[in-house]
Amino acid sequence: MSAAVDFKNVDIIFGAARKEALALVDSGATRQEILEKTGAVLGCAGANLTVNEGEISVLMGLSGSGKSTLLRAVNLLNVPARGNVMVKDGDRMVDVAACDAATLRNIRQTRVAMVFQQFGLLPWRTVAENVGFGLELSGVPDAERKARVERQLKLVGLDQWASKYAHELSGGMQQRVGLARAFATEAPILLMDEPFSALDPLIRTKLQDELLQLQAELKKTIIFVSHDLEEALKIGSHITIMEGGRIVQTGAPEDIVLRPANDYVRDFIANVNPLSVLTAWNVMRDRRDLEHGEDGWVWLDRRKTTRFKIDEHGLVAAAERDGKPAFWVSCADVEAQPEETAQVFWANPGTSLKTVMLAMHRSQTAPVALFDDQSRFVGAIGIRDVLSAVLRR
Amino acid sequence: MDPVSQLISSFKIPIGRWGKTFFDFLTTNFEWFFDSIADGLTVVLDGLVDLLLLVPPVLLVAAIAGLAWYLQKSWKLALAVALGLLFIVNQDLWQETVETLVLVVAAAAASMAIGVPIGIWAAHNERGYRYLQPILDLMQTMPTFVYLIPVLILFGLGIAPGLIVTVIFAAPAPIRLTHLGITSVPKPMIEAGEAFGATKRQLLWKVELPAALPTIMAGLTQCIMLCLSMVVIAALIGANGLGKPVVRALNSVNIPLGLEAGLAIVVLAIILDRISRIGTGAAK
Repeated sequence: MSAAVDFKNVDIIFGAARKEALALVDSGATRQEILEKTGAVLGCAGANLTVNEGEISVLMGLSGSGKSTLLRAVNLLNVPARGNVMVKDGDRMVDVAACDAATLRNIRQTRVAMVFQQFGLLPWRTVAENVGFGLELSGVPDAERKARVERQLKLVGLDQWASKYAHELSGGMQQRVGLARAFATEAPILLMDEPFSALDPLIRTKLQDELLQLQAELKKTIIFVSHDLEEALKIGSHITIMEGGRIVQTGAPEDIVLRPANDYVRDFIANVNPLSVLTAWNVMRDRRDLEHGEDGWVWLDRRKTTRFKIDEHGLVAAAERDGKPAFWVSCADVEAQPEETAQVFWANPGTSLKTVMLAMHRSQTAPVALFDDQSRFVGAIGIRDVLSAVLRR
Repeated sequence: MDPVSQLISSFKIPIGRWGKTFFDFLTTNFEWFFDSIADGLTVVLDGLVDLLLLVPPVLLVAAIAGLAWYLQKSWKLALAVALGLLFIVNQDLWQETVETLVLVVAAAAASMAIGVPIGIWAAHNERGYRYLQPILDLMQTMPTFVYLIPVLILFGLGIAPGLIVTVIFAAPAPIRLTHLGITSVPKPMIEAGEAFGATKRQLLWKVELPAALPTIMAGLTQCIMLCLSMVVIAALIGANGLGKPVVRALNSVNIPLGLEAGLAIVVLAIILDRISRIGTGAAK
């Protein structure tokens, strides 16, 4: 996997006294100190982040944490005071902070598209004309532009509305127009600056789902700014948390939830329901950590109620629960299973924690086994593992 | 007089004399230049007046009413325009009205042609606008009669100096409103343009000007009204039109003539105002 956007030691300063402010940044001063001493506002400092092709990287933080500031450096709406912002342009990486005007324009027209929080539509243009705006700027011929616009409008389900004016549409529809405008340029990198925050919760959820669907098909590289952790956990394949202009933690969603780097991140995730992020993989005990008996038997839980006999291929040969033989069933159809004491549920690493808990509930708190996609036994989840994950202990 | 005031006024700064020297210099050295401008303008404007007077008044009235309908899509307005103009024909002021109309339209067009580009420049150059502002204030607040004199000296009598004083007085309106319109384009729109790779020129034509258009059009309406308000003053330096009968009525204390010409100006003002509100929807 190769990088699509690479931030290298990016500092962004607003205001006149850049040199003095940068000196203070180097000495580790906070944003407040820099503002008091120089009058300059620290946008972001020492940002290092690599966004790989095809992933959705979410920048998170409270307002004023510098997340939008960093995002807007990618297409140079904000100019870094120092550092490099490398953007993939064909086969090479271009530093947008240092390239000439023609290269920058080409990147903006064909490589990086943007979706704005307040939509940024032009009210005197129809929906179709708004969607074709980027193509018009890069001089795409009329016929081709019309065809591409039509395709994008179909994609976001607005083909019936093509000749309406932007202000005649609801907020959710307007943002669909914004999305279509960004998709129309066929730029591989998409910047989304809190695109759904101005919408009401129902529409927001709907658009998030649509974005994920489109992403599965289009496989863009998306940098997404959000202040809503639920949203970030839902759509992000990577999450970066920012505070006061600095990056405090970056990682996969479950890393953030299970291993918050500091109190700021802990506060952030305090209200997040762990069930919505965690999977069986995050909470299981590895088979090597389980207690092994003789003859290839492995105890699945600490209380020694359930054990599997594992053959030389890693497959389960026999199961025993409370000393009696048992059979093992997938928890994918846990709802359909009768409540029986002679069964042990198994899950895949990607199974959600919620399903695992349901399986435990159905089997009177029996442990749940974890199989990989070749049905090999990889680990087990006991009731204590679940409780400690949910309580974050 | 007390001694302090006496001291202050003992040496009068010769602003008046400096000004006269300056204008003397212009007249002696560049008379050919100003004369050719005056002659050119006179030929064009008088020619236009003569051309319009060749058309029978009723036809011209119908044409203007048609224009009103075309621009505003309102039968009521077209009818009112026709009735107003027929009233002027009835009062036997048609020739003066055509002369005024040509002067006003020409002056407004010139003011827009000068004002909109300057306004665009000023909107992208805040420092420049800071220097421009006192000049605009001067153009709008300096009593018209004061610059009537040098304009008269440079351009002579007639419609040309009338046009020039009118433009001096009216051009600040489109400059200010174009500047206002462009500086108040919402930032997200500008950023949308930049983010999709617009050049400076594309940004101006595809984002800034369309967004500022309603304000610029308000500038046009204001500009036309300011031009019309100069009709009587232009008449003082020999421009033909509805100002002439007003000045004549004033000099001879002729109440009926003054009333007729005054009403004709009002009718013309209302018509021009309603027709020129393009895109603001106010006339609908």
